[in-house]
Amino acid sequence: MAMVGIAVIFLFILMAIFAPFIAPHDPLEQNIVERLSSPSTEYPFGTDDLGRCVLSRVIYGARISLLIAIAIVGITTAVGTVLGLISGYYGGIIDEVIMRAVDVNIAFPGLVLAIVLASILGPGFLSLVIALSVVGWIGYARVIRGSVLSVKEKEFVEAAKALGVGDWRIMFQHILPNVIAPVMVLAMLTMGFTILIVSGFSFLGLGAQPPTPEWGYMLNEGRSFMRTAPHLMIFPGLAIIMTVLGFNLLGDALRDTMDPRLKRVKIE
Amino acid sequence: MTLLHAKNLTAHFLTEEGVVKAINKLDLEIREGETLGLIGETGCGKTVLGLSIMRLLPRNVKIEGGILYGGNDLLKLSEETMRGIRGKEIALIPQNPSTSLNPVLKVGGQISEVIELHQGLKRGKAWQKAIELLKSYGLNPSAKGITQYPHQLSRGMKQRVLIAMGIACNPSLIIADEPTKGLDAIVRTQVVESLRELSSEKRAMLLITHDLEVAFALCDRIAVMYAGGIIELAPTASIFNSPGHPYTRGLLNSLPSRELKPIPGFSPSLIDLPQGCKFHPRCGHCIEICRQNYPEMIETEKDHYVRCFLYDKS
Repeated sequence: MAMVGIAVIFLFILMAIFAPFIAPHDPLEQNIVERLSSPSTEYPFGTDDLGRCVLSRVIYGARISLLIAIAIVGITTAVGTVLGLISGYYGGIIDEVIMRAVDVNIAFPGLVLAIVLASILGPGFLSLVIALSVVGWIGYARVIRGSVLSVKEKEFVEAAKALGVGDWRIMFQHILPNVIAPVMVLAMLTMGFTILIVSGFSFLGLGAQPPTPEWGYMLNEGRSFMRTAPHLMIFPGLAIIMTVLGFNLLGDALRDTMDPRLKRVKIE
Repeated sequence: MTLLHAKNLTAHFLTEEGVVKAINKLDLEIREGETLGLIGETGCGKTVLGLSIMRLLPRNVKIEGGILYGGNDLLKLSEETMRGIRGKEIALIPQNPSTSLNPVLKVGGQISEVIELHQGLKRGKAWQKAIELLKSYGLNPSAKGITQYPHQLSRGMKQRVLIAMGIACNPSLIIADEPTKGLDAIVRTQVVESLRELSSEKRAMLLITHDLEVAFALCDRIAVMYAGGIIELAPTASIFNSPGHPYTRGLLNSLPSRELKPIPGFSPSLIDLPQGCKFHPRCGHCIEICRQNYPEMIETEKDHYVRCFLYDKS
């Protein structure tokens, strides 16, 4: 299943990179005469209410969804990892402050907080990235902190200290490689989730603004023509399902390989 | 010349069960270039002494007294200065080779890290130096030894990697904490050989061990530790031939090559130490004063000190 996941993700990444070469039409070009036409050889996924090629818009949409998801996951992973390391390594008052910040963040329903932030900052991708990053780092910080607490008591950390290695170097050089595995899994799994959330926000009008081709926003546009032209919703919806599924499959597979307890032992 | 002087050193662990008195008013000098053996049974504070010299004890330890080194009291130095001393001037070869190397880093990188840190060499040069070091300790780095991870090495090899890390920056004092613990006879011989090379160079070494044979083979002087204090300190031959303290005699008699006769009783709990001489409940020569007072160090022969009332002439 991991291979399926990798293949799907790879496909979408290629699609995003080579969008201008693959897409049969300009995603913004309107062809009023051909509006709301069903899939044909000229328009494989049909056209929307303004006569734009749905296939081209789905292809260009991959760029936006992937880019935003990568940005958010990148920021949250980095911030969460660093804060988790600091919190676990130093302990004491620093740990208290960071962990209480995490608790406060968990106490609020994350999505509601993100919606509030996004509406304060005004709709748009930047506010979306900021809003989702503010609520997203806590998972990583907790996971990392837990592992750091056990790793920092190991003898090799003491040995490194005895050789005069400084705190930051111990944290990033010696402890981080020992605790990074669960973070990779978490990042893969949240990648799928983030794509879903970004589409959701765009669907609600808090993310992508017209005429940007974005899957969630396309779903919203197609809503009013659902009965007469279902292809407007089917294809962006399929794209969302497939990318999320791809990342989840990969995340699951990563978790299984990295956790030896889950490995099945073959007895012959 | 004295290189390091632990003066009136006391280290008490504040725990929930009570105060664990790991080191009590300990006084010990390490001379320049000598190999000083620190022997004693498990739990008498040997490792704690090593860690307090490095200032690596946990935060719940109350430490008093002084550790004089190069005109400074190590206990009073800033953390920053101390970090510059660790690994560069005083190096610790840790107790447990299989857990003291980082499992996810290549051994070569771990050795060259020390060199990078303290000698300011660039990565490539440090790596070269790490290879030379390993070669001189009988590991063959050309056989990809240096690009291997710790789990790919045997225990003896890991021990030698740790020794190489310890001496990478040419420290003036090495604290080797039980370097031969848990090694089989062949590997033990190899490690002892590497340590012998170390001690023959002009470098002081504090060899913490409970392997008396290794101590006798390597050390110039031996300090016997019991319940957090030094009870006998003498040149190796003198300890071996004319042990003064009843405890030292008991230790030697418990060797398989001698009588294999264990010392009766158990070592005292460090939370609840006996009054007077700490050894008196197990001692066959115990007299009234042993129960009351803690004896002073008495010089019985030249350079041979015993902390026992049996030698008190007054």
